[in-house]
Amino acid sequence: MPPVNTDFMPQDGSNDWRDAAHSTGTSIMASEFDGGVVIGADSRTTTGAYIANRVSDKLTRVTDHIYCCRSGSAADTEAIADIVGYHLNFHGMELGEEPSVEVGAAIFKELCYNYRDSLMAGILVAGWDKKKGGQIYSIPIGGMCVRQEVSIGGSGSSYVYGYMDANYKPKMSKEDCVKFVTNTLALAMSRDGSSGGVIRLGIITEEGIERRVVLGNELPKFYEG
Amino acid sequence: MSSIGTGYDLSASQFSPDGRVFQVEYAMKAVENSGTVIGLRGTDGIVLAAEKLIMSKLHETSTNKRIFNIDRHIGMAFSGLIADARQIVEIARKEASNYRLQYGTSIPLKYLNDRVSMYMHAYTLYSAVRPFGCSVILASYETDEPNMFLIDPSGVSYGYFGCATGKAKQSAKTEIEKLKLGNLTCKEIVKEAAKIIYLVHDELKDKNFELELSWVCKDSGGLHVKVPESVYADAEKAAKQAMEADSESDTEEM
Repeated sequence: MPPVNTDFMPQDGSNDWRDAAHSTGTSIMASEFDGGVVIGADSRTTTGAYIANRVSDKLTRVTDHIYCCRSGSAADTEAIADIVGYHLNFHGMELGEEPSVEVGAAIFKELCYNYRDSLMAGILVAGWDKKKGGQIYSIPIGGMCVRQEVSIGGSGSSYVYGYMDANYKPKMSKEDCVKFVTNTLALAMSRDGSSGGVIRLGIITEEGIERRVVLGNELPKFYEG
Repeated sequence: MSSIGTGYDLSASQFSPDGRVFQVEYAMKAVENSGTVIGLRGTDGIVLAAEKLIMSKLHETSTNKRIFNIDRHIGMAFSGLIADARQIVEIARKEASNYRLQYGTSIPLKYLNDRVSMYMHAYTLYSAVRPFGCSVILASYETDEPNMFLIDPSGVSYGYFGCATGKAKQSAKTEIEKLKLGNLTCKEIVKEAAKIIYLVHDELKDKNFELELSWVCKDSGGLHVKVPESVYADAEKAAKQAMEADSESDTEEM
């Protein structure tokens, strides 16, 4: 196919929805609580400045008890999550039991590290297993892997590190933790231009996942001056 | 056996008319010629004990060990041909190390056992190879749970509370069955293991032997190590005392 002639297009970026990559300029978060983890994300997918999807789901299943929060390139992170899902499913069959979150994170890390030059992916791996309970592993761009009790990611996260640090408490109750994640994400979404829409939540415990949505008109309100 | 096996025992890839693979049975004979090895599972870990027969007085002690480390948390003991066993040790170590590299955690014993069993079984399938002339015991202690497997030359493996292989496996098993393994800790089991190895040792046929003792348990911090020297000395002393008491009671009865 001949290259597309783009000379007629304005060069100021106002038409980038045509060719810019889908990316999840994002706010994502995960937090441990007593009995599991709460994961959350906004729902905005942008193509340049254009909102390609205002209700996207960035919380992706890997196994029944391991999910990931995706940020960066939508294509890259979806592909990685698919591949890890395949590996964990296979490994689970070999072991005869569900793979641990630690192993899930190690596979994510291996892919993100080995292909660090071609990938744009910042992933939070979160889940529950019977060995260590609720766990979160943060895998930023470059392929580091570190366990954290609470973690945030995506472009919106830079606005709310202080809020997260000030408000996280170890061993919160489930509902306290849901409230904490919802507030942090709402603050990030209101400041960050490329985050927004609804808040999608997942609560992962021994029983599996419970999904919730906080709609745009139900978002907690804070000072917006 | 000589008339039935004729012609059907030259290859591991051919059945005999009555459905046996003679090469595998010969491999088991190789195991039965070797010193006894036992593994005992307690509440807080596993103890491995081996009777290392000494073929020559000129051999340095502590060479040709029969208990190996596979990974930090996994030990392996074998009976049979040492050269064959060393190859099993090598592939087991590779499996453990690859697992760590790929999955970032230590290999579960169940998984390692599957892999090693499959490997040994593969050597019973082809005409160009012979089965391994050894049985191996794999032992681990992971997340507060002791586990132990015994693999035969055929590639068959079972999980055990107590197992024995080698020359005196029958009498060793009888002794193990007398123990209440469900209530014993490794500290207590070490002595029992030493006693059993001394008891089943046949002084008439094999003069010298060296007792090898290792454990992987809570006290060793989940690591597979030789038992500490003080524990070893106590266990050996207890075993020797038990033997003396045994022979005294024997003479009294007479």
